[in-house]
Amino acid sequence: MSEPLLSVRDLSVAFTQGGNQSIAVDHISFDLAKGETVALVGESGSGKSVSALSVLKLLPYPTASHPSGKVLFQGADLLAMNEKQLRSVRGNKITMIFQEPMTSLNPLHTIEQQIVEILALHQGMGDRQAKARTLALLNEVGIREPEKRLDAFPHQLSGGQRQRVMIAMALANEPELLIADEPTTALDVTVQAQILELLAGLKSRKGMSMLFITHDLGIVRKIADRVCVMTKGKIVETGPTKEIFANPQHAYTKHLLAAEPKGKPPAANATAKPVMTGKDIKVWFPIKKGFFRTTVDNVKAVDGIDVTVRAGQTLGVVGESGSGKTTLGLALARMISSTGTIQFNGSDINQLTFNAMRPLRRELQIVFQDPFGSLSPRMSVSEIIEEGLKIHEPKLSPDQRDDKVVAVLKEVGLDPATRNRYPHEFSGGQRQRVAIARAMVLNPRFVMLDEPTSALDMSVQAQVVDLLRNLQAKHDLAYLFISHDLKVIRALANDVIVMRNGKIVEAGPSEQIFERPQTDYTKALISAAFRIETAPVGIVSE
Amino acid sequence: MTQAAAETAPTRIARPWLSPLNRRRWQNFKANRRGYWSLWIFLALFVLSLFAELIANDRPIVAYYKGEILFPVAVAYPEEKFGGFYAVTDYRDPVIRDEINANGWMIWPPIRYSYRTVNNAIPDAAPAKPSWEYDAQKRCSQYPQGAADPDCIVGNWNWLGTDDQARDVLARIIYGFRISVLFGLILTAGSSVIGVAAGALQGYFGGWTDLLFQRFIEIWSAIPLLYLLLIVAAILPPGFFILLGLMLLFSWTSLVSVVRAEFLRARNFEYVNAARALGVSNRTIMLRHLLPNAMVATLTFMPFLVSASISTLTSLDYLGFGLPPGTASLGELLKQAQSNLNAPWLGISGFVVISLMLSLLVFIGEATRDAFDPRKAFR
Repeated sequence: MSEPLLSVRDLSVAFTQGGNQSIAVDHISFDLAKGETVALVGESGSGKSVSALSVLKLLPYPTASHPSGKVLFQGADLLAMNEKQLRSVRGNKITMIFQEPMTSLNPLHTIEQQIVEILALHQGMGDRQAKARTLALLNEVGIREPEKRLDAFPHQLSGGQRQRVMIAMALANEPELLIADEPTTALDVTVQAQILELLAGLKSRKGMSMLFITHDLGIVRKIADRVCVMTKGKIVETGPTKEIFANPQHAYTKHLLAAEPKGKPPAANATAKPVMTGKDIKVWFPIKKGFFRTTVDNVKAVDGIDVTVRAGQTLGVVGESGSGKTTLGLALARMISSTGTIQFNGSDINQLTFNAMRPLRRELQIVFQDPFGSLSPRMSVSEIIEEGLKIHEPKLSPDQRDDKVVAVLKEVGLDPATRNRYPHEFSGGQRQRVAIARAMVLNPRFVMLDEPTSALDMSVQAQVVDLLRNLQAKHDLAYLFISHDLKVIRALANDVIVMRNGKIVEAGPSEQIFERPQTDYTKALISAAFRIETAPVGIVSE
Repeated sequence: MTQAAAETAPTRIARPWLSPLNRRRWQNFKANRRGYWSLWIFLALFVLSLFAELIANDRPIVAYYKGEILFPVAVAYPEEKFGGFYAVTDYRDPVIRDEINANGWMIWPPIRYSYRTVNNAIPDAAPAKPSWEYDAQKRCSQYPQGAADPDCIVGNWNWLGTDDQARDVLARIIYGFRISVLFGLILTAGSSVIGVAAGALQGYFGGWTDLLFQRFIEIWSAIPLLYLLLIVAAILPPGFFILLGLMLLFSWTSLVSVVRAEFLRARNFEYVNAARALGVSNRTIMLRHLLPNAMVATLTFMPFLVSASISTLTSLDYLGFGLPPGTASLGELLKQAQSNLNAPWLGISGFVVISLMLSLLVFIGEATRDAFDPRKAFR
């Protein structure tokens, strides 16, 4: 190997806050050769994004500082450069794409304006020339009919298309190095597969190097030549991808590789008592137009769906974002209004008013996706868990309530001594356990789990899945498990329905769906999720 | 069982009374030195002014007369008690003074004038200059025995001069400060309660409630307060509480928009949905989950509301539509300063007191804003 394109030597990053210095990145070194893809892998808080941002000096200085280290790009130290020199590198020789394409694009400018601006700024192109180049770039990143897209604003594009535009902007100046910071995390699995394929193709065609930051080992295996495993600001293991996956040396790498959700769901039992049955559930949002606000059309978020959730069983609801799966769950839990019959414990609850529903809420619990948003930041953990008890068991004395809180915290695997702390003092996984405890303390019979693992790191996901499975076995709970993550669904659900545009595409027992999918859409979804392969054009959205 | 009890018993610990978040806010407040000192100075001045009767009064605090301990500051004794015949005793009267001093003693407040006491012994025509501007001879020239008179003492000084009715300016400032601050605080508290409740209902329920209420507020706030005060002043006798009520009718709208926005934003937060899923009632959700969000904005606004209320009261007093004539008021002092340009001590005292009071409140407000600013880093 000749001189590496990028060479990070002994780099440290420290953040200073209120006189305290915390080290986010601790003496890391890695090299990146021309035409090579290196992946930085780690869980949240491992310092992988901070390392990538410090390559271009994009951290919030002077809060951030570099106590040691060099970032050599083509032999020059980027950390020693002044702003003017850096600008000639940023967006020119090294470009970056970020996780969330919506916030990375200016919402007030059209696609054409955003790309032309870069071309004019760095290459001094005239209008006509820049427009031609923009069209070529959009073609290259696989946007179909780019002429029609030039005048589109970011919100008029889908998430995948936005990410493609971001990539087009990054490629505009023919960079030598592309830094991709979790570029597919915000996207659906099928779109993720398309974007990764695009990136791999572009890289080999242009001879670029790529620094790829991700927490997803499946992606790493697919795209990277070499891997650096990071934890707590240190690189613990570096090596070619194949070797790392075949023969991990460091304990943390082994832990990470073993972290995928495992285990089998309880055996399907079609004779178990149905707890929740929905027939022909419809949630339509009217589109109103004109002076008299007459309804001209409906957004059919959920369009005639039948579901049955049985005691001790899990129904998994799978679908891409916008497929209506969360809306279905909220409709079943009577959080939004719907038409159709919803039977809970044999009685129709879809006509009950908000107040008439309140006694039933105890048996019908929800765990939300975001453990940071679903816990009130101003209440301590015990207050959060107690809240339901105060309503549904008002006769309990404070001590009896406290005993119940302690018991449920032990059940979800948290130390009861921490119950007077506030949510921000807990990690994401612990917070999700608190949210589960809040639902479990009421002894519900039906729990709707709305993407409860999506915001969590892989290894924590596995623990939460195990916890949910144990709780289900112990209390004979019925779960409606909503997720876009097929790996988690496979580990937990014994029945699955696949949703798309508010309708059921395919429904059946879990093995059947995963082993012998019938429809093209389900096949595409499964190959994208487990093998990161793209489907033929037209089957899935882009 | 006993073992389990032993396990849980020691963990039943009391929570600290300030949550970590509030402790951080207090630290941030203290970090703004100017605001922190302003708070203490303001509190000290306010507490002192609450005891204005013990600082500036035309009646002694305690008197001892013929074997009896009297509290003239709190109890109105008829003059018969001291051998006179009026219904109310004038303790500044030389006859009464000599009578009491002959049969006991009196403890006077440091300033022997109340806000409405007329000083009959000013050396010049009213308004008279501050006493320290005169020499002893001139200062006491109006007493029967001149400089040798027992009334020619520091307690009878007019430290900041007198106004055009020969009343002590310092005493009027002390009482005027108290009434201004009390008015501001009560008005702010009242309009906060109404404003927060109205904003909360609008933001939480949204839709038609919100729409109708907003239009009502727009029309309501278009009514000119000054003309209304003029009309009401023609019908009702002017007074502290009538003025307060009238201003409250219009001042509550200032907080509505802020609180409404907070509630609109937060009502779809996931933890609010989670509470709804637990079966928590609307009232409890509003009080327990949403109100704390809105309190940040409300508390940040409050010092500014207090200072705005005070300056409104002052300007109404200045125009003559405020508190009833004779009340100690800072606005009236400014009015006198305007009509007596030859007496600069009136204008200077009024200006210094009002600007000091408003500046302190604004500094406290700035520090409060810092305290609740989540992006404010420790320095």
